Parts: sequence; C-alpha cells; structure tokens
Amino acid sequence: MAAAGMGQQWVLVEMVQAFYEAPAYHLILEGILILWIIRLLFSKTYKLQERSDLTPKEKEELIEEWQPEPLVPPVPKDHPALNYNIVSGPPTHIITVNGKECINFASFNFLGLLDNEKVKTAAQASLKKYGVGTCGPRGFYGTFDVHLELEERLAKFMRTEEAILYSYGFATIASAIPAYSKRGDIVFVDEAACFAIQKGLQASRSNIKLFKHNDMADLERLLKEQETEDQKNPRKARVTRRFIVVEGLYMNTGDICPLPELIKLKYKYKVRIFLEESLSFGVLGEHGRGITEHFGINIDDIDLISANMENSLASIGGFCCGRSFIIDHQRLSGQGYCFSASLPPLLAAAAIEALNIMEDNPDIFQTLRAKCERIHKALQGISGLKVVGESFSPALHLQLEESCGSRENDVKLLKRVVDYCMNSGIALTQACYLEKEEKCLPPPSIRVVITVEQTEQELDKAASLIKEAAQSVLN
Amino acid sequence: AFEETPMLVAVLTYVGYGVLTLFGYLRDFMRQWKIEKCQNATEREEQKDFVPLYQDFENFYTRNLYMRIRDSWNRPICSVPGAKVDMMERVSHDYNWTFTYTGRVIKDIINMGSYNYLGFAQNAGTCQEAAAKVLSQYGAGVCSTRQEMGNLDKHEELEKLVARFLGVESAMAYGMGFATNSMNIPALVGKGCLILSDELNHASLVLGARLSGATIRIFKHNNMQSLEKLLKDAIVHGQPRTRRPWKKILILVEGIYSMEGSIVRLPEVIALKKKYKSYLYLDEAHSIGALGPSGRGVVDYFGLNPEDVDIMMGTFTKSFGAAGGYIGGKKELIDYLRTYSHSAVYATSMSPPVVEQIITSVKCIMGEDGTTVGKARVQQLAENTRYFRRRLKEMGFIIYGNEDSPVVPLMLYMPAKIGAFGREMLKRNIGVVVVGFPATPIIESRARFCLSAAHTKEMLDRALKEIDEVGDLLQLKYSRHRLVPILDRPFDETTYEETED
Repeated sequence: MAAAGMGQQWVLVEMVQAFYEAPAYHLILEGILILWIIRLLFSKTYKLQERSDLTPKEKEELIEEWQPEPLVPPVPKDHPALNYNIVSGPPTHIITVNGKECINFASFNFLGLLDNEKVKTAAQASLKKYGVGTCGPRGFYGTFDVHLELEERLAKFMRTEEAILYSYGFATIASAIPAYSKRGDIVFVDEAACFAIQKGLQASRSNIKLFKHNDMADLERLLKEQETEDQKNPRKARVTRRFIVVEGLYMNTGDICPLPELIKLKYKYKVRIFLEESLSFGVLGEHGRGITEHFGINIDDIDLISANMENSLASIGGFCCGRSFIIDHQRLSGQGYCFSASLPPLLAAAAIEALNIMEDNPDIFQTLRAKCERIHKALQGISGLKVVGESFSPALHLQLEESCGSRENDVKLLKRVVDYCMNSGIALTQACYLEKEEKCLPPPSIRVVITVEQTEQELDKAASLIKEAAQSVLN
Repeated sequence: AFEETPMLVAVLTYVGYGVLTLFGYLRDFMRQWKIEKCQNATEREEQKDFVPLYQDFENFYTRNLYMRIRDSWNRPICSVPGAKVDMMERVSHDYNWTFTYTGRVIKDIINMGSYNYLGFAQNAGTCQEAAAKVLSQYGAGVCSTRQEMGNLDKHEELEKLVARFLGVESAMAYGMGFATNSMNIPALVGKGCLILSDELNHASLVLGARLSGATIRIFKHNNMQSLEKLLKDAIVHGQPRTRRPWKKILILVEGIYSMEGSIVRLPEVIALKKKYKSYLYLDEAHSIGALGPSGRGVVDYFGLNPEDVDIMMGTFTKSFGAAGGYIGGKKELIDYLRTYSHSAVYATSMSPPVVEQIITSVKCIMGEDGTTVGKARVQQLAENTRYFRRRLKEMGFIIYGNEDSPVVPLMLYMPAKIGAFGREMLKRNIGVVVVGFPATPIIESRARFCLSAAHTKEMLDRALKEIDEVGDLLQLKYSRHRLVPILDRPFDETTYEETED
C-alpha cells in the first residue's frame, strides 16, 4: 500500500512539474478549451424551428386540395407505335403480317436458325425432359445441366475461360455494367450505344463520358483530359476504375468499331474494354466468333464480351464471356442473374443446337456476307434514301437524304414507304426508339435485315421494290 | 409481428460472425504473405498495373464466409423441377473453391426449394403437349421486338386471357419478370414524383424505382402507420426544397414477400391510397396463382375489387411454370405502356412455346379447359400450406409469415447452422433453400420452404419428420410459444384457430 501511495505521489509530482514546464500558449489554449466545454454543458440545447406551423385543420385542407396528375397521359389513338403489326404464324423467312404474306426483311434471324428442324427437335427433346419453366433463380435449384453445358460450349466457342448465361437479352449488358462500375468510376461510351447499354450505365451511377461515334481522336482527347485530372489527385485516381464500352456492330448505325486502335488506347491509358457483340456474334469473323476474330485480336485483350442470343442463335437470352477473374464476379453481383429465374431449358437446348450448326457449317458466314454486299450495292443510288451501314453488316438503315423539317413528318413519310413495300410482299419495319429517353436519338430510318435464307432473286426484288416505293412516295 | 429473436441466440449469432470475421482476417493475412495458396482467380500479368477491378474489402464476405458454405447454392439439377427432383452430385476437395461432378445422380429428392406453387412444372400432360405443338409450328425464338416484327398472334391471345384472368380491362406481357419491374416503373414515374416503397421490396422494384429518377421514401415493412405518416408528410410539405406539390405518388408493395412470407395488408393500403389520392403498384410475383380461393392472387384472397389496384404486376415463373411477367390495369395504362415501355421498344418478345404454356395453365386454373384440375390444385396448395405451417409451429421452430402463405421461412440465425441445415437435409434426400446475408438481415438467416400443390401428404410428412430430426440435431427449436399438438384430424375449418398475424 505504501509503495502504491508512493507511486501515486510520484506521478502527481511529475504532473505538477510538467505543468510548470509547459509553454504558456499551451496552457492558455487548454484553459480556453475547458471554459468552452463548461459553457456548452450549461447552455440551452439548440432547437430547430418547428418545421411546419400548420394546424391539423390546415393539413387536412392541403390533403383535400392536392390533385395528382393522371397516372398516365392519354395516348392518341393513331399514335404510330400503338398499332402493332400482328404476325400470324412463325416469324420465319415467309411471314404473314396483318394477313398478308411477305418475304421477311425485318426479323434478326441472320443465320436462318429460327425454322431449323434440328434446332426444333433438340428443343422438343428438352421440353419432354424438363417441361417449360425452371421455377427458380440460378441459386435456388434453377441451375440445370443444360445451362452448365451451354455456358461451357459458349466459352469454348469464343475461346475464353468462362461464360455466364442470362435469361433476357436486354438484361445481359444492363446487369453486367453495374456489377463492375460503381459510383465514382468513369465510363467512356460511344454516342451511338444502344439503349440497353444506356440503362446499364444509368443503373451504375458512374460518371459517363460520351465520345463521338467511332471517333478515336475524340476518345483520346477525353482520356488525356482524364489523365490531367488524375495527376491533380493521384490518391483518388488509384481507386477509380475506368471502362470503355463499345459495340462490335452498332445497332443504331450499322458500322463497326475500330477495335485495334481501342486496344492500343487501352494499354496506353489503362482502361478496361467491355464489348457488346449482339449483332456481330455469329456474323463477323471466319467462324462467327465476332469482331475479335474479324480483326484477329487476342480475345484476352477484351475484358468482357457480352452478347444476346436473340439474333444469330435464334433463341432467347444473353451471355457474357471472358476470363474467370471477371465473369465469376457476376454470379453474385449481376442483378439480372441472381434475382431472376433462369433461362427455360428448351431455349438453352435450342441455343446449343444452333451453336452446333454454326460450328459444323462455317461457310454460312461467307454466304451471309456475300448477300449483305449484294444488297448493299443494289440499294445504292435510290433517290431520296441513303444507305447507312457497313457493306458486310446484315442490319442496315435506310435514312432520308434530306429531312422534311420535323421528325414526325419524316416518320410518316417512311411509314408510307414501308406500307408500299408491305403491300407488295416485302416485310420491312422502321427502327423504333423511345424518343424522349435516348441520349443521342438517331434519325428515323427503315431497318433492312439480311438473312442467309433470302435468295438472290428475293434480294434483287426487295431492292427494286424499295426503289419503286421511294420514287412514288418521295417524289 | 413475428416472434422476436431470443436474446441468447442473437448474442451467439454475433459471436459466431465475430469468430468468422477474425478467421477471415487471419486467412487473408496468410494469403497475402503467401503462407497459404491463393485460390482466387487473378488479374492478367499484362494488366497488373491497371486500377484493381475489385476492392479487397468488397469481396471479404465472399471469400471468407460465402465460400465455406457455397455448396448450399447453385445446386445443379437434371430433371423437371417438380415435387421430386434429380440432382447431380458434386464434391469439392478444396473446401468449395472448385467443384467436380462425380457423374452420379441423386434421384428423387423432395423439392422444397423451387417456386412451383401449383405444380405446373411438368414434362407431360396438356400443358406440355400444347407447348410442343406450338414449338414445332413457331420455333423457339422470335428475333424481333414487340413494336417491330415480334408481335405474334399468340402474344395478343395471351394478353387478352391474362386480362380476363385478373379481372382488369387490359394486360401486357413481357419476357422477364425482373425486367418487367425495372423497365416499366421508369416509364410510369419520373422526376418530381414520389415513390413510397416497402422496406423489404425485391431488387427489381428497387432498381426500377432508382432508374426512374423519382424520389424514393421507405416505410416500415407492412406498417400502415408508417405509410400514412409518409403520405401525410409528402402531401402537406411537398417536394423537399422547392415545396412544389408532388406530381404523383406511387406506392410499391408486393403480394407475398419472398423472404418473410408475409402477405401485404391490402385492404388498409387501398383505403389509404383512396384517401390520399395516390397510385398503387402491386407486385404479385409470388401470390398470383398461390393465394385466393380461385387462385387469382392477393386481391382475390381479400375479396377486393381488382379495379382498385391501379397497376397489377406479376410473373409467370412461379405458379404457371413458364417465364416472363405481365402488367394489368386500365386500358389507358396499357396503351401507354405499349407505346412507351422500354421493353416493348428494345427487348425481344416472349418465346412462343412459353406463351403457350402460360395460356394452357391459366385456362386450367380458370377451369376453362373443362376439368376441375385447376381448382383442385389451388385447394391442395391451401391445405398443404396450413398443415405444414401448423406442424412446424407445433414442433417448436420459429416460423415467419402469414398463416396462408405458401412461402415458409424457418429461422436459423447462426451462420454455421446455415450450411449445416442445407447439408443435413440433402443427406436425407430433401432439397431446401437456405438464405443468409445479404438477402436477409445479418442475424436473421433462415431456411425457406416453398410448398407446392404437387406435394402429397406423404411427402410432407416425410419432410416434416426429417426437419424434426435435423431440428433436434442442430438445436433449432427456439420458439417459446409451444402450440398444443392437435391429433391428426381431417381438415375442417373448425379445427383451425385464428392466430393473429
């Protein structure tokens, strides 16, 4: 006890000594702080002024008076988008639209696999074994062996490590982007990116920087600007992820993205590339592997390839493929994967069979390309309409050479051309957009889709019919 | 109000998570210093100097907690997901980092995990035959959007049928249930509107609300006072800083909440909606087909008028054995959606055989195919639900959710029991779904049973026996309210006591 007492006394002596030895400003500062604390302890608490000084009666009146807008504004009966074309029967090569039989130039059935007997047989076998629906998301007994097989086959076909399957084409890229890019990250995206990409970017809450369509100089300028920003704040730059999102073949303009230059920019500025290959999968490249095969680029250079199976594979759904390091993350954080039911097995079986056919007949890609070139040439020189799109793109746009003032009138004019063609046996459609929601709305156009099933006579007939229609309507 | 978590259990759960976190840090440390081999996939050599794609902390939970019990999820099956299912056996030799398939198939596992409420997941019968016929006629895909060339006569037929089934003026169908929410809520509300959403709403509703750009306010789960307070405040005070009045107020609720099993208090919500002139969006993903004397969902269950609900949304995945979603309501609403919905303009329409499956199953439920199979299934589901819930409560488990909901969550609480429950039940040939964080609050992990009209009483009895055994083994019987077990009497309305929700 004495020792403890001595110890305490000793500490006290130390303290008093320190007190004498401390500099003056230190003591004054501490004194002020202590006085401030005492003042705060004894002052009244600060009350926020009452938010509303309204009496309950006034509140009742406000509630009575408030009138909301109607849930939806009324849509005029003759709105062009309200009256859908009704297709009776399968949307294959010969299609019955609104009661009239036409040759189909509007469905994205590039390889003609919609009507293929082998695909249908495979789907029937799957239907007999599994029924129609999967009754659950992938995590809860919704993973079937067909899904695993399809993922393996897609990964092998694209020569990547892993692939992940989604049950809806739109949701594929719209769930993939927000899984990696979060608030505070930077995404450089092409102006002509499709709506699904725009929704994915909106859901990710990242900084979006648009660069002019296919303009690498503009993209490099943006990247350089970002670099100078980084130098001002290197700590933040070390954790900000950057991505470039481009499409292989753009749906809105029909042209191809300059991938080799993008790869160079990727390594120079350390940005990751996400490639959306919905139109180019099964179209470009010697074996249909898409734009990477077309340009001869190593597939590992692209971080993520996303495509939907609704065009060349004539099924439903979408997939992403890439290295396991990247794809595996989506199994827990891809919203459209975790929180949604998996793809019905019959559609997965149809896709597997379609993939088999693609692998066994690599010459259909050449045939498709030849047909595209043919019609691209045949459609040149139509007075009033210009062809927008690459010569080997199977989805072209026909835009008006000069607009007649307002978008509404342009749309009406193009509709008359489309109706003329439909009445004479060629089914075409206008490209549909949500006018108020698109970031960069493309001009109104007619979509022309080429498939391997169309014969040369049919292609020529279509070209001449469109010429005729343009002549009679636009002049 | 559900039974509260017992204090001891809560404390032990926190302790459990604490231990796991400590071990997690230890293992991360060992992996970083190469004492332990890192089995994660890694970045490419050429891209090592890029900004890292994932922050280490984000994946802490995945690496250290989820990996340990990963075999409870993503179990691959290889038969129709009916009442009994075949599963592919898989083993892991490196503690769940990789799986290999042994090639053996475990047959006839009682399936209590698939959302197969009315038992339409069948690979034989009228539905399947009709779908096969349509498949051979139309093919599997559509290759175009609704507004372009993808609107088949089958889609029109489906939409008229769904409108008749629900009792609304008009309906529209989409290819994916998740996308129905995330693409149509932005079309209906925008900036300057207010969304009041329940605490436990599904990710698709949350995503749709966020994408719309409207202000979102959350009210406590199924709590009408909280909702009323928010409504009053919103109308009286207007928008946050400008004080302008709100353009529209939309209330987002679900019919049955999939993690709690609770049913929304629809009569009260409708009364509030009428009093404060707001709009109601009802997501019946789990309740359509599963509730109500004629299977028409939660509106039918309460006996209300479907026209009171402004927007009735639902999915076809659960009770109809297909895929996709729908929205039903007044004709102006559906016309507007046909023109301005993101899905109608940019997304491929539904696949024809799937559409046919829905048409046949809806006709069956309505009784229009000439049989009473539909009605029998709806009744069987209701009986199964009541029986199963009663027996589990008698055994002493804590069960959440309303007495009539076919989604039965059984509380596990502790992280170790999540993995143990899933594995023990699989050993006894019963497939269950276990959920933990982040789908549920961190201490309230649970096992969720989804009952089906296809489950016979023998299957349920067997499942109950096994659950009883495993419950004793893992000490899961936390409930402090012991119900007196009734003798096995035949089903009779008089033997069923009303318990307050």
